[in-house]
Amino acid sequence: MEFLTLNKIDVTYDKKKTVLKGLNLEVKEGELVSLLGPSGCGKTTTLRVIAGFIEPSGGEFILDGRNYTKVPVHKRNFGIVFQSYALFPHLNVYDNVAFGLKLQKLKKAEIKRKVEDMLEICGLSEFADRFPGQMSGGQRQRVALARAMVIQPKLLLLDEPLSNLDAKLRINMRVEIKRLQKKFGITMIFVTHDQEECFSISDKVAVMNNGLIEQYDTPENIYLKPKTEFVARFIGFNNFIPLKKQSGGIFITERKELIQVEQETKLEEGLGTIRPDDILLADETVSENVMNATVGVRTFLGRSYQYEVDSTAGKLVVNAPIGKVYEPGDRVRVQLPKNKIIIVRKSM
Amino acid sequence: MRKNKMLVAFACCVFAFLFLPLFIIAVTAFGGESAITFPIQSFSLKWFANIFTSGSFISSFKTSFQIALFATLLALLVGIPAAYALARYTIKGKNMIQSFFLSPTIIPGIVLGFALYRFIVLVMRMPVFYGLLLGHFLAVLPYIIRVVGSSLSQFDFSIEEAAWSLGCGKVSAFFKVVIPNITSGIMAAFMLAFINSFNNIPVSMFLTGPGVSTFPTNLMNYIEYNYDPTVSAVSVLLMAGTIIIMFVVEKTLGIASLAK
Repeated sequence: MEFLTLNKIDVTYDKKKTVLKGLNLEVKEGELVSLLGPSGCGKTTTLRVIAGFIEPSGGEFILDGRNYTKVPVHKRNFGIVFQSYALFPHLNVYDNVAFGLKLQKLKKAEIKRKVEDMLEICGLSEFADRFPGQMSGGQRQRVALARAMVIQPKLLLLDEPLSNLDAKLRINMRVEIKRLQKKFGITMIFVTHDQEECFSISDKVAVMNNGLIEQYDTPENIYLKPKTEFVARFIGFNNFIPLKKQSGGIFITERKELIQVEQETKLEEGLGTIRPDDILLADETVSENVMNATVGVRTFLGRSYQYEVDSTAGKLVVNAPIGKVYEPGDRVRVQLPKNKIIIVRKSM
Repeated sequence: MRKNKMLVAFACCVFAFLFLPLFIIAVTAFGGESAITFPIQSFSLKWFANIFTSGSFISSFKTSFQIALFATLLALLVGIPAAYALARYTIKGKNMIQSFFLSPTIIPGIVLGFALYRFIVLVMRMPVFYGLLLGHFLAVLPYIIRVVGSSLSQFDFSIEEAAWSLGCGKVSAFFKVVIPNITSGIMAAFMLAFINSFNNIPVSMFLTGPGVSTFPTNLMNYIEYNYDPTVSAVSVLLMAGTIIIMFVVEKTLGIASLAK
């Protein structure tokens, strides 16, 4: 039994614009799941449906065996961390964190104990009397987290919580979030467009596009075995060769070249994809998956040169070590190692 | 920094143009003559005394104060939720509703006054005081919606959503989180609306009736028949009152909050 289930959620604006179409998602208790995708893919809408800010036009949302689809926001008891932190500007840090507890009508002493514990855990004890306007972005972020966690929510929702922080702080904060998540064993849904951030802390990642989840898997599987062209492009694959299955591990390109692929797939037809780093500029001795190519543009990446080459299988981007430099127009042989090629489904 | 002498001289002229008449009025209030003269020939405070003995100034001041206070409070009661709804939700024809709410500030006061006269006095036959109250309420409502609306447009509504998520119902979140963060806007709207109602002549002129007159209309009537320095004395008191209020506002909120 899953802890959280989104079942065929539809969201439509103005009866015309469909944002989510039959979205399904399942999350286990204590997992940190990221919704990853470009802006406009529906990830924030999904989060807002879970939070209760948007009522879906179809489908249901079950949490811990209870149907939450129509439960109003203030009765859900979910913690939410907003992109803008949304701290209460007129309250100091202590009162910001105590806000939810006061509404639960707890005894004063209990509120005090809980707030102080939470401030301690988040490293905010010395800032209790400060107002949000007097704090840095990172500190406000901690207050937002403390305020959402102190009510012991069933679910913690984070909407691009790190996007307003500078790079160094972002890395610290994501470690912090992961630490708190492990400490409290809380189930988290994390929305982001930053794949590094998302891979580093998530147990599972849902890559979204056009209101649908393209792939829902562990970060490792998303990174190493993308299933669709969209996912592959999103995580940095940029060579795509249209292929048809001939037999077993043999595929055929549009120009009738045979390519061996180690990965097993049920797809009869798709795109062979490979990272620029994995393509080799081959010498005469190898013969497997080798094709002739002409060097086009060369750019310097620091650790390597990136070449755009025109091969018999189409244009390819290749990263090659800086040892040997090729000039535009040079004839080369490129090798696509069979264990590095992944067959993905073509995306619309 | 290079000082531009022409600019300084020009600024001095503008200030003189603005403040000299006020200065002359203030001086004439202390004159002993029975007509307004400048410079004054003798010193007297009797015109100040006259304000308080004549009665009509006191009663019309009371009327104006009550009307301004109640009309403004009513307008806040209606205007704050309206401004909130306009800022918070995307409503069909939002721009049209917004310009509709602001139209009384664009329509000449005299037109508004006449329209209200037709409706409130001739058709509804309301008691004078309530008619005035309704008229002033309508005249100041746009200011409230405008000023509160501009302060709400800078409000991050995810703050309100955060309050909901922490277990706060929608109405309670509005009072606990939204209102405290737009108080300076509400104060500014209050001041602006109050002053507008208190100074209003075109609407009051049509709506006042037997026994009930507002302070400005009373002052106008007085000038028509008397040319003594009582009017100057009244002006001095009003200016003093305004200066005190401005001083208090500056100390508590800062004048800038009124200009937002």
